[in-house]
Amino acid sequence: MSENIYITEERIEGADDGPLSGTTVAVKDNISTEGVRTTCGSKMLEEYVPPYDATVVSRLKEAGATIVGKANMDEFGMGTTNETSHFGSVDNPAAPGRVPGGSSGGSAAAVAAGEADVALGSDTGGSVRCPAAFCGVVGIKPTYGLVSRYGLVAYANSLEQIGPFGETVEDAAQLLDVIAGDDERDATTRELPLEEGETYADAATGDVDGLQIGVPTELLDGADEGVVETFWDAIAELEDRGAEYHEVSLPSVEHAVEAYYVIAMSEASSNLARFDGVRYGHSADAEGNWNETFARTREEGFGDEVKRRILLGTYALSAGYHDKYYKKAQDARAWVKRDFDEALSDADVLASPTMPVPPFELGESLDDPLQMYLADANTVPVNLADLPAISVPAGETDGLPVGLQLVGPAFGERRLIRAASALA
Amino acid sequence: MSDDAVSPEEVRHVAGLARVDLDDDEVDRFARQFADILEYFETLDEVPEVDREAALTNVMRPDEERDSLDREAALENASETEDGYFKGPNVS
Repeated sequence: MSENIYITEERIEGADDGPLSGTTVAVKDNISTEGVRTTCGSKMLEEYVPPYDATVVSRLKEAGATIVGKANMDEFGMGTTNETSHFGSVDNPAAPGRVPGGSSGGSAAAVAAGEADVALGSDTGGSVRCPAAFCGVVGIKPTYGLVSRYGLVAYANSLEQIGPFGETVEDAAQLLDVIAGDDERDATTRELPLEEGETYADAATGDVDGLQIGVPTELLDGADEGVVETFWDAIAELEDRGAEYHEVSLPSVEHAVEAYYVIAMSEASSNLARFDGVRYGHSADAEGNWNETFARTREEGFGDEVKRRILLGTYALSAGYHDKYYKKAQDARAWVKRDFDEALSDADVLASPTMPVPPFELGESLDDPLQMYLADANTVPVNLADLPAISVPAGETDGLPVGLQLVGPAFGERRLIRAASALA
Repeated sequence: MSDDAVSPEEVRHVAGLARVDLDDDEVDRFARQFADILEYFETLDEVPEVDREAALTNVMRPDEERDSLDREAALENASETEDGYFKGPNVS
């Protein structure tokens, strides 16, 4: 396939009948599939074949879905453009020559190219919403605790959630219905917050009459002009259908990006300590004791961005720096949560552009990690606040897709699905 | 940006703590990038102390024996095994 969407193409058939029978699904390659290699886009796990299924994969199979491939991704979920994959970058089917967005770029591209009906990604700081916006499809980042992370190869546990992609909001919601719900294998999951007989898919009514939309001004400042124009056109369309908007202020989001990266890198430095080459994964053919062999294995197995985050995370947690970085980042996280709670006390949803820029050209921004981190400004606050969000196509600027992000209160997915379904 | 915010020696020290070998080029590149990134992280100094009111709930289940991976499956991705155990390099 010219777009390099899949790392492994393999058909995994589900049960004979179920709500997803006849539906093809692409699964991000950091979600474990029994008997089918799961690489996390890394040389470290190039040959790794999990002996068990992630809970979401078991649920796909029970629902009758056919998994058609393991989708390309930024290495261990670390990147905004899908260019840190050991298996090469993905071309954006909606904007050829451009990146599909990271880190679930392959999953979004699979849906955009029609290579799968729906797809699963994971979102630690925007990794479902960013590629959804760049590829012109729908992506949902569920409330923390709605979807089991059992079998998701961990990057930053306190932030990440598995989330669905679809061409329409209803398609994505239908996939959410299959994967959501508590799991005794993941103690952070909660029981489904739905009333008897309710589903996520049946909330996709497109009815936004009376919907109160808060627009955080901070998330428009500094965004690309064409993106902002497209965003306001989409808000005008919602107004035509009976919604109202007002501006709100979220002063804490100014510090969300640095707090996010300190927390994510700190968790990554701890989570990725498991890759020692002894139990699974790449193993260096090196002389020496445990520490020397271990360090060589990790030098060979990890790419640049992964090493950068492990090292910065180790630094942020090391003696003398913990209070300066990690503790302050936790303060910022609490502040972001409080700001969102206040803003959502007089708005049903908050709306912003998903990404402040249109898709980058392939290779455009790889050499400056800090610039890359800043592109996540609109998505990371949601992960810090544990809230649900959706990215829905808002239109185009110069022929490039623009996504609109809606953020709701914890476990308010039905509200987001209803609002977003007015647009796609 | 201050040029000497992170020295190559500090990068090597942290890489040692994280057990990641780096070649000289990587050390120099990371030292330059870390200066920028850490300077940016320092703006967290402006964040006020915020009360954290996390609503925590214990999630317990009965401590009962249940199925787990069998030994063969657990070992099948290991590069070296011996007598049903993982085999690693010498510890010292």
